[in-house]
Amino acid sequence: MIFAVLIPLICALFVPLLSRFKQKVHTGIFVVFIPLGIFLYFLRFIGNDFSPVLQTYSWIPSLHINFDFYLDGLSLLFVLLISGIGTLVVFYSIFYLHISEKLGHFYVYLLMFMSAMLGVVLSDNVFVLYTFWELTSISSFLLIGYWHHRERSRYGAQKSMLITVFGGLSMLGGLVFLSVITGTTSIRSMIDQVDIIMSNEYLPLILVFILIGAFTKSAQFPFHIWLPDAMEAPTPVSAYLHSATMVKAGIYLVARFSPIFALYEWFFIIVSLIGITTLVWASFMAVRQTDLKGILAFSTVSQLGMIMAMLGFGTEAAVFAAVFHILNHATFKGSLFMIAGIIDHETGTRDIRKLGGLLTFMPMSATLALFGTFSMAGVPLPFLNGFYSKELFFKSTTLLNENSNSFAVFLSDAIPYLAVFGSIFTFVYSMYLFFGVFTGPKKLDLLPKKPHEAPIGMLLSPIVLVLGVIIIGLFPNLVNGSLLTHAANAINQAAGYESVSYWHGFEAPFIMSLVVVGLGIILFLTMKRWTRIYNVIPGKLSFNKVYNRLISSIDVISNRITNSYMTGSLKLYMSIILAVIIVFSFVIMFTTGGFNNISFNDLAEISVVDVSVVLIMVLAAICTIFVNNKLALIIITGIVGFGISILFVIFRAPDLALTQLVVETVSMALFLLAYYHLPELQRRNETIGDTLTNLFLALGTGTLITMVGIAAHSSDWFNTISDYFVETSYKLGGGSNIVNVILVDMRGLDTLFEIAVLGIAALAIYGLIKVRNKKEAE
Amino acid sequence: MEYIILILAGILFATAIYNILQKQLLRIIIGTVLLSHGAHLVILTMGKLKRGQPPILDDSVITYTDPLPQALILTSIVISFGITSLLLVLAYRTAKENNTDNMEEMRGEANE
Repeated sequence: MIFAVLIPLICALFVPLLSRFKQKVHTGIFVVFIPLGIFLYFLRFIGNDFSPVLQTYSWIPSLHINFDFYLDGLSLLFVLLISGIGTLVVFYSIFYLHISEKLGHFYVYLLMFMSAMLGVVLSDNVFVLYTFWELTSISSFLLIGYWHHRERSRYGAQKSMLITVFGGLSMLGGLVFLSVITGTTSIRSMIDQVDIIMSNEYLPLILVFILIGAFTKSAQFPFHIWLPDAMEAPTPVSAYLHSATMVKAGIYLVARFSPIFALYEWFFIIVSLIGITTLVWASFMAVRQTDLKGILAFSTVSQLGMIMAMLGFGTEAAVFAAVFHILNHATFKGSLFMIAGIIDHETGTRDIRKLGGLLTFMPMSATLALFGTFSMAGVPLPFLNGFYSKELFFKSTTLLNENSNSFAVFLSDAIPYLAVFGSIFTFVYSMYLFFGVFTGPKKLDLLPKKPHEAPIGMLLSPIVLVLGVIIIGLFPNLVNGSLLTHAANAINQAAGYESVSYWHGFEAPFIMSLVVVGLGIILFLTMKRWTRIYNVIPGKLSFNKVYNRLISSIDVISNRITNSYMTGSLKLYMSIILAVIIVFSFVIMFTTGGFNNISFNDLAEISVVDVSVVLIMVLAAICTIFVNNKLALIIITGIVGFGISILFVIFRAPDLALTQLVVETVSMALFLLAYYHLPELQRRNETIGDTLTNLFLALGTGTLITMVGIAAHSSDWFNTISDYFVETSYKLGGGSNIVNVILVDMRGLDTLFEIAVLGIAALAIYGLIKVRNKKEAE
Repeated sequence: MEYIILILAGILFATAIYNILQKQLLRIIIGTVLLSHGAHLVILTMGKLKRGQPPILDDSVITYTDPLPQALILTSIVISFGITSLLLVLAYRTAKENNTDNMEEMRGEANE
């Protein structure tokens, strides 16, 4: 299985090479075989006697992060959707994208997404799942921004990235919680420990964290705002990522974790409430859109809300209906997106106000759209799969579990009405979509191009999907036993085989359908009269405004904060760094008791010579601050340097004393050389505040060093390691001067690099002087 | 004795920082010189002072001063020499180019 997941990624490496021949062969022709192969590979798993498959590949065993690929019914359904729709989309894109486009980029991103998505639905390890999850966000970002010269594309890409990655991080928080509580990184093991999770006090937090991840990805209210803007992507991408697969990752996540949370009442409340709100709001908003893909985007959001709500119900009927609708939605919505792309391609516009009467020009597309839209609307005809799943949805809204929480009871009562309300608008925008484009007056003068039917190759993919719509519609039980039951089982153990039939009596679901169709027709016919309502709702209350305000204020505020301290003054930066060091070190040292054990034992004796040298050095050091003559300053600094070499002599470090003497002498010479060229020192003209700040920083650092030094000297935590050098100096290094042996033998590489540093400094100095000389010569 | 040296190191650090926070390049360079002096003294003191003979092997000697800090400081002296000389030349060039050695007057171009 690991090959199935990684093959798209590996093949993506070769796409840039293949895209060089795009003048002769469209790159998509090579790529189409990849998802096709994966699809055929997984197709053989379908069957009534399917049992889950687990394959483990070690990755980071020390952190319990492994490629545990677990294929159960739910994963299988998604894998088949990803590879199946993927094949059709790549095939469609061969005709959609002209060879003058950057095909290499496009197919690399697409294959990257395919790998990521397969990884999401197959990973049993939560952290691997998260990794693939974020990879889908990244590839989605790249694909939305594919036409990056367009401002709207960049805006949409950024928006989707910010919202989905925000959700992803939140989900990571939830996953970390879960893995800490249960001590495992495997989802299956977590499900086995439901009791531990349910009794944990952080359960509400975990639930919210994970659900935010799912809701942002699946564009649920109020995070749905990124999906309409994601429609700037090329249409094959919209059909694939933003309708059939990626946006269903959130659905998948909720389904995958349902066994853990199903018994928790708030799971039902949150997921159902958000789902049903999304269904109602998005279908209501869809009618307002003028862009074909905008209508389809809102329609996708609302359908996702419907599936989400059913997963929230969690009953056997609801779970089965959800799984069934995942399949059905992919077929009719995928085909509708492709047809929207065809219309865009052949007429040059997607604005529904400019389109009309295309039936005679594009009869094939119109027929396909007819099936797609009517299936989406849930028109009760026995060859439309959308009707069956909508019927099951209505049925599940009437069969909710008993609840104890009063809000949950209220919600359960309201859900059937909300479902009908949302579905009425679904019906309206479906009809609007079909009749608005294909019937009515022709507006040829408004179209950029003269419309004509698309080439057969472009129509082939939607034809396959519409055939899916019809076949599932005619034989609704075709894949029930072999695929859907297994998928439903993975979400809810009790969910069993459900026989779907066209006519199951004059019961509540059918009445609801009739209401939807009846009111839908009335509303559609009177559309012009009531669309003014959109000026009032949502009006100024749009979530997009909130998002835009948020993004721009983040820009402004961070700009302000950065500019407040990034003034360009090195002195200020230095002061900030020092102040932080002083404050932090003192606070840490005092709070951890670092200065507590100061001992005055075990100190060397003090002699008069030592003290007088030290006093001279102190005096000289302090004088450096007050002297205003540069020659005097240099000489006084020299006193400190030579004082140090005397101290080295006293402390029995002959090598140091010698080196210090030589270095100090040469430094003096250098200072005196530069002295001539440097301006004379000026009196300080600082404010008292400046002086005090400098004084505080200077004294603070000095005190810190002294105290840390004393504390370190008093501690006896570690034994000295120097005995090793004394013992082995002659044996290993063959020298009796231990310091020299350490430098050239034991730490030989350090010394080598030290020489290198000196060499670089010498080159730099040479360069600096030389450059000036040349300039002056000119 | 150790604590006296540590106090001396503290004073060297304090004067060094005070000089580094000034505006004129020469003072800043002097500050870095003093800073490295202070650091050397701290490192040397960490190995305890005046315990035994200089670290040169001899059959008649039993205890030696700690050789490890000395090796570290030796490296450090040379490196700080390199830094000082580079800074000096840099300061000299900067002063020549800009006709000032005042840090506050040397601002780069505005953000491009």
